[in-house]
Amino acid sequence: MEPVKKVKGKALPLGYSDVDTDQIVPSDALKRIERTGFGQFLFSSWREDEDFVMNKPEHEGAVVLLAGENFGCGSSREHAVWAVQDYGFGAVIAPSFADIFKNNCTKNGVLTVELPEEVVQKLLEAIRENPDAEITVDLESRTVTGPGVEESFEVDDFVRYRLLNGLDDVGLTLRHEEDIEAYERRRPSYMPKVL
Amino acid sequence: MSKPRTLAEKVWEKHVVRRAEGEPDLLYVDLHLVHEVTSPQAFEGLRLAGRKVRRPDLTLATMDHNVPTTEFGLPVRDEVSARQMDALRKNCEEFGVQLHPWGTIGQGIVHMIGPEMGLTQPGLTIVCGDSHTSTHGAFGALAFGIGTSEVEHVLATQTIPQSHPKTMAVTVEGELPVDVSAKDLMLGILNRIGTKGGTGHVIEYRGEAVRQLSMEGRMTVCNMSIEGGARAGMIAPDETTYSYLEGRPHAPQGADWERALEEWQSLPTDEGASFDKEVVIQAEDLVPYVSWGTTPAQTVPLDGEVPEPQNEGHERALKYMGLKPGTPMRDIYVDTVFIGSCTNARIEDLRAAARVLEGHKVKEGIRAMVVPGSMRVKQQAEEEGLDEVFQQAGFEWRNAGCSMCLGMNPDKLSPGERCASTSNRNFEGRQGKGGRTHLVSPVVAAATAVMGRFASPSELGVLEGV
Repeated sequence: MEPVKKVKGKALPLGYSDVDTDQIVPSDALKRIERTGFGQFLFSSWREDEDFVMNKPEHEGAVVLLAGENFGCGSSREHAVWAVQDYGFGAVIAPSFADIFKNNCTKNGVLTVELPEEVVQKLLEAIRENPDAEITVDLESRTVTGPGVEESFEVDDFVRYRLLNGLDDVGLTLRHEEDIEAYERRRPSYMPKVL
Repeated sequence: MSKPRTLAEKVWEKHVVRRAEGEPDLLYVDLHLVHEVTSPQAFEGLRLAGRKVRRPDLTLATMDHNVPTTEFGLPVRDEVSARQMDALRKNCEEFGVQLHPWGTIGQGIVHMIGPEMGLTQPGLTIVCGDSHTSTHGAFGALAFGIGTSEVEHVLATQTIPQSHPKTMAVTVEGELPVDVSAKDLMLGILNRIGTKGGTGHVIEYRGEAVRQLSMEGRMTVCNMSIEGGARAGMIAPDETTYSYLEGRPHAPQGADWERALEEWQSLPTDEGASFDKEVVIQAEDLVPYVSWGTTPAQTVPLDGEVPEPQNEGHERALKYMGLKPGTPMRDIYVDTVFIGSCTNARIEDLRAAARVLEGHKVKEGIRAMVVPGSMRVKQQAEEEGLDEVFQQAGFEWRNAGCSMCLGMNPDKLSPGERCASTSNRNFEGRQGKGGRTHLVSPVVAAATAVMGRFASPSELGVLEGV
């Protein structure tokens, strides 16, 4: 994973609540066995409507996605994060996220920023008014700055450390292989085995 | 005396491999379930890093999301699906993972086969790259869905770093009315807590109505925990759990059974333990439900009507569903009825639906299909003659798979097609692009197939319990 410190640029004012991962990337697209190339499927059903916000040229090149509450609910498909990232988004700002989606984001270096509902609304309105306005999500200082908004956000210390340093979990865990072996030695023998 | 603890806290503590200040706990994983959709990139990651699967003996794979449910033995017509199924076959071979492939008796929806093999047991940690892994919580296991990066992590290390969840109790007091199924119980809970009521929490379902559920019913409830945003759902093990498990192929035997039983009996939440959040529901207030919108929390009683929109999200949902506020649910006609999915395709679900269908015919013009959750469920149903009841009524009798729950295989809705479905998600396009999904219980699905519109079994003269 590449280290990520800051995401800065234009934003896409989606605003919808309860956006599920089936909307982010439909199940038809999950048949690929690669991690790449999912951006073309991002919100693909909604994109068929020419009035959909993503089809507006003024929002082209956005790197921050602004959404409503409970973003990323439903299926655990990491393909949803791959789609968001592959399309060009480095950060998603919403009042709340579904747990698995948020967790999957941390494994890929996509920032999920929870801000109070009214702040997200303010950003949505500001970006709709001025699509060229920029938003900065700074992981080091844990702040979001945008048109008329300067807000700090919470992020788990360990997640932040991993993201800032681009560390992958498997490598980190394998440093503690002795602990895993010790645990395995004390596991009761009646625990089920597949083989 | 030590502090009273909840079921979830006890299972968690028993699995801590490593705990360090400022870091998530590293938990040991007792059972890792794998399917074809969320695993190829994880195996590829192992290959690139030159890593092995640490514990193939704790890893089990099957094919479910992509598989056609009509024919066996023929080449899978969708080449991309075939490639994904083939990738799983090769990965399992290369890494020594046991696979129950398409076309074999052990195959089925991943959340069906763990319990039926007796691998799903109280007190275990179970993960799978699938959000409905919460199903296994019905046994008092801590079971949750993970992403593909985490699948890779578990394959390589048999552990998973996890931040502490909050705990939530959902207590359903009293006895369920006779026409209210486990599915209705859960739809009723979701209606009350909403799509994010459980976010960050592990829910424990408690109370008399939950205790009285069979294991099948408990799995239906825990299955949909994720639809309330919960990280997991659990039910404390009891005699119902033990008698379901005893004698299953992978259940402990002899002296091991006694040791395991002693351990399992220590798991239920201690008296006086506190939860971060508590919800109490009276069972007598619950009724059969039908969803009207595009989230599983958007439901009304079967006797109710399409509600007035309260916000822009509701308006979008009504538009997508093609519904007008004030329309009685019983006046809504369907094109298709789907009985299946990891929510409602266990033997008990099929028995309940068959009881309603006995002596009735599916209304002309309606496509009705029943897709058993596993090939073993299918076999058992055939031994009981349920296949004949379904087929005589006009249902298609299929092979096991996820089928129309998620539209990754040939079973799909067409744009605008309206479906009464026993599955778990009514998201836009979930069952096929433009498809309109209404979530219901198996008995409501069966009655609806006969009447052609949303209906209860009592309209067909079926009055017994569900």
